[in-house]
Amino acid sequence: MISIRSIGFAYSNLPPLFENFSLEISRGETWAILGPSGCGKTTLLYLLAGLRFPANGSIEIDGERLTRPRPHSGLILQDYGLLPWSTVRENVELGLRLRKFYGADGKHASHNFQPKKSVEDWLERLGIDTVADKYPSQLSGGQRQRAAIARTLVLEPDLLLMDEPFSSLDAVTREDLQNLTLSLCAEQRLTLVVVTHAIEEAVVLGKKILLLGAAPTQTARVFENPSAGTEGHKEGKAYRELCIQLRREMQRETA
Amino acid sequence: MKRRDVLLAALALLVVWQIAAMIVSLPILPPPLEVLRVFFRELRQDLLVHFAVSLWRVTAGMALSVLAAAPAGLAIGGSRRLNRFFSPLVYLLYPIPKVVLVPVVILFLGIGDVAKIAILFLILFFQILVLVRDQASGLPPQLIQSLRSLGAGRRALFRFVYLPASLPAILTALRQSIGTAVAVLYITELSATKYGLGYYIYYKGSSLLDYPAMYAGVIAMSLLGLGMYFSVDWLERKWCKWKFVS
Repeated sequence: MISIRSIGFAYSNLPPLFENFSLEISRGETWAILGPSGCGKTTLLYLLAGLRFPANGSIEIDGERLTRPRPHSGLILQDYGLLPWSTVRENVELGLRLRKFYGADGKHASHNFQPKKSVEDWLERLGIDTVADKYPSQLSGGQRQRAAIARTLVLEPDLLLMDEPFSSLDAVTREDLQNLTLSLCAEQRLTLVVVTHAIEEAVVLGKKILLLGAAPTQTARVFENPSAGTEGHKEGKAYRELCIQLRREMQRETA
Repeated sequence: MKRRDVLLAALALLVVWQIAAMIVSLPILPPPLEVLRVFFRELRQDLLVHFAVSLWRVTAGMALSVLAAAPAGLAIGGSRRLNRFFSPLVYLLYPIPKVVLVPVVILFLGIGDVAKIAILFLILFFQILVLVRDQASGLPPQLIQSLRSLGAGRRALFRFVYLPASLPAILTALRQSIGTAVAVLYITELSATKYGLGYYIYYKGSSLLDYPAMYAGVIAMSLLGLGMYFSVDWLERKWCKWKFVS
């Protein structure tokens, strides 16, 4: 689904983050991008979202070269993603309103887009229908992220990109939302790419884990984690061993 | 702030005024009740016309400055390139006290309403421009990015992000400028006009020595400022509901 081909990327006047970097992501896979601060994991997500562009090489999604945010990708950020002056319902409707604003021009919105589920359905599915008329400042962190997820899923994406989506939440809410994300991905047959700095989160969410080390990244170091998302995964031996292995690798990278 | 507290404060001011009038006991400080009586008498004569003229001038000045400064502030704040180009200019022009330009504006635009409105415009324009620009450029980049990922281009960002985000800044700028605007209105109405509260106050006080009528004019001017202040508050409560929730 996603082909990253020999890309190079650097912010102006800073050392490069990626050099000749390639990666293939197949449809329906769940990926976690793990690494220390400053390694370029958020940048990689923005590249996949079409919000930044590589200096050389190319990124293709479904065979199409990425030149702008694509209507079938959804991006969820850690915070600040919701409009503070709009209610939860208005926020969840936002993507649809944007599509109406431009019309189905194929550029900002896909042609012939007919949502299968209504905004109300999504508010209910995400358990935020009771706070639909409240403003983001009146919600808990978990409810805010549920609203952000609902807003993205209303547009029926095939690719979900998340940047540290649960890092400011308490442990119980975080676990709850991780499970919800995994079940929604399975239910909607989404491809998931989630950026995190937490090893446990990467191992919970990603069937494949991309570990980024000190920049510039040239080769993709991918760890397989096939049991992610299965019943009892967190209590299993494979989970613990992979966490230990990743911690060791990260310590070696930052040493 | 409760309405009852505002009323109590107004009452307290009237009491202080009454006491001061009794102590001074001179025609230049008539007691509030007499002034209020004259105020209502004058309203039935020509005070209302003067009030309307002043209200028109200050409203026109404010409306024009919002219409010009808000889009300009949004454009400059929303674009790094424009910001780099215009900010030094704004930096130089903003602190100049625009009141000193009154004679210059009158020389260029004559003595009619246009000059008076233009002076108000000059003062308010920069206040609004600076606040809106800072608000627009201070928006969290994550907010912009997440909207762009939903498909928002430049036009939609202005409609759905920059404009609603700047509304409180526009209203704050207006609220901060009302005092200055009314003060400058008074100055511009001192000369070259036969209408407006500035003219009325000056004419009644300095030419006719009709002090109660002069104070009636002062009350009308205060009500003008106060009314505008309350209107901005009302608009903020109506348009920026999210700021008042807890």
